[in-house]
Amino acid sequence: MASFGKGIPDQIKRLSVVVILVLAAFFIGRMLLIPRDFGRYDHFRASALFDVASQEVEFAGQDICTECHDDISSQKANGYHQGLSCETCHGPAAKHTESPDEVTPFKPSGREYCPICHAYLASRPTGFPMIIVESHNPMKACTVCHNPHDPKPPQIPRGCEACHAEIARTKAVSHHVYIPCTRCHQTPEEHKVNPRTYRPDKPKTREFCGACHAEGSTEAPEAIKIDISTHGGRYVCWQCHYPHLPEAR
Amino acid sequence: MSKKAKRKQKKSRRDALKTLVKSSLLLFVPLDVPNDPKLAEELKENLGGYDPTKHLWGMGIQIERCIGCGRCAWACKTENKVPKEPFFFRTWVERYIVHRDGEITVDSPEGGIHGFQPITTERHILRSFFVPKLCNHCENPPCVQVCPVGATFRTPDGVILVDEEYCIGCRYCIQACPYGARYLHPEKRVADKCTFCYHRIVKGLAPACVEVCPTQARIFGDLKGRASPLVRFMRMNKINVLKPYLNTEPKVYYANLDMAVK
Repeated sequence: MASFGKGIPDQIKRLSVVVILVLAAFFIGRMLLIPRDFGRYDHFRASALFDVASQEVEFAGQDICTECHDDISSQKANGYHQGLSCETCHGPAAKHTESPDEVTPFKPSGREYCPICHAYLASRPTGFPMIIVESHNPMKACTVCHNPHDPKPPQIPRGCEACHAEIARTKAVSHHVYIPCTRCHQTPEEHKVNPRTYRPDKPKTREFCGACHAEGSTEAPEAIKIDISTHGGRYVCWQCHYPHLPEAR
Repeated sequence: MSKKAKRKQKKSRRDALKTLVKSSLLLFVPLDVPNDPKLAEELKENLGGYDPTKHLWGMGIQIERCIGCGRCAWACKTENKVPKEPFFFRTWVERYIVHRDGEITVDSPEGGIHGFQPITTERHILRSFFVPKLCNHCENPPCVQVCPVGATFRTPDGVILVDEEYCIGCRYCIQACPYGARYLHPEKRVADKCTFCYHRIVKGLAPACVEVCPTQARIFGDLKGRASPLVRFMRMNKINVLKPYLNTEPKVYYANLDMAVK
């Protein structure tokens, strides 16, 4: 023991004591500051993961609703709202699933709720059913005519404008106002009942528009005439012009 | 003593090199913890039987299906008790309007929670559509890189979470996120963000926004899974992510993403 450190100069010995103390302070401080479970799985505090995972659930999920309300589920399963979760309209229902008698989920009524999805907005995708709230059966609650669990129209629509109101309104201010929709769109009658399965078609040839617009055509004398053999190249007319509002820029 | 024996007694250069090579092999000893079966088992037990090492979560968004109803933003605020103020969101919906003159306007009134007002401009519009946004749960997350204390992290199943007890509220991650997906929680004074509803995933439920989306514009699923709506979505669509040039490798995939979307 006496020979230990014999050749080491004094100043080095003293310095090493300081270094050891600093290192010890560093490691003790580190041990106190960094939580025990930090880095157990990766560079994070393990219990943080469990804290996040233990958060309370508010939306119970479609499956558990079906367990009791199977009648409504099966009604909904074949309608337009088949992809809709119950809680989209009825709100978070986890508490209702725990104590069904004490907590009743929200039930939309009146005319405020359905337009959140079904009010007309130009940015919504083509074909999505939309209405102008102000002119669509004013004052009547939506559920008077439509069953939200199977929301088909109360009767088979008579005209196209029942669903395609925006196109009807656009056409109403255009030069094509007096042309009925079915003149250009061959529409199977079943389209009114199953709109997605039976679709209307569109004019396939340039000659179709040419009936009025070709040079030398006698139909619709006020219509603009062009030489359809040269105008527009290989495109069908509606690939450039918007027939519901041909004046559109 | 011969010269040769003397050299043997000392360490030769060859020996030193050998030792160096051998000890440097230590650098390659795997220290990746989730690969340890014992720890993985413990993790599973703590999460109520859910094994995070078996999944990798992602979301697909079909832009042409979004109707801008804002039910996702509403459900997210309800599920996660996001502050009511109209500028704190974990997910929100943006409306893009592309004008004839090339100008692009974006609005997201209160994140779309109360829907959108009709467009009233007199200008000519070329196209308009809605884009739902949320944390992209990047594979290469800048927010995790910049956190000075390790309070934001990636779970073994690819979700980016915040440790709200450990976060010091320095806002570095909020600055670093290129998607604006984080905010400082006004009461807790810590960073807050989308968790992919981690508390729901572990119970086998879909995130709240996906649960309530009426048109299935959002598709949630396991990227490691074989047959799922998300895998079909990835197979059938042309996919893009937001800001791919940043190399963040988001796990929120958009189909038919317009170039106007930033």
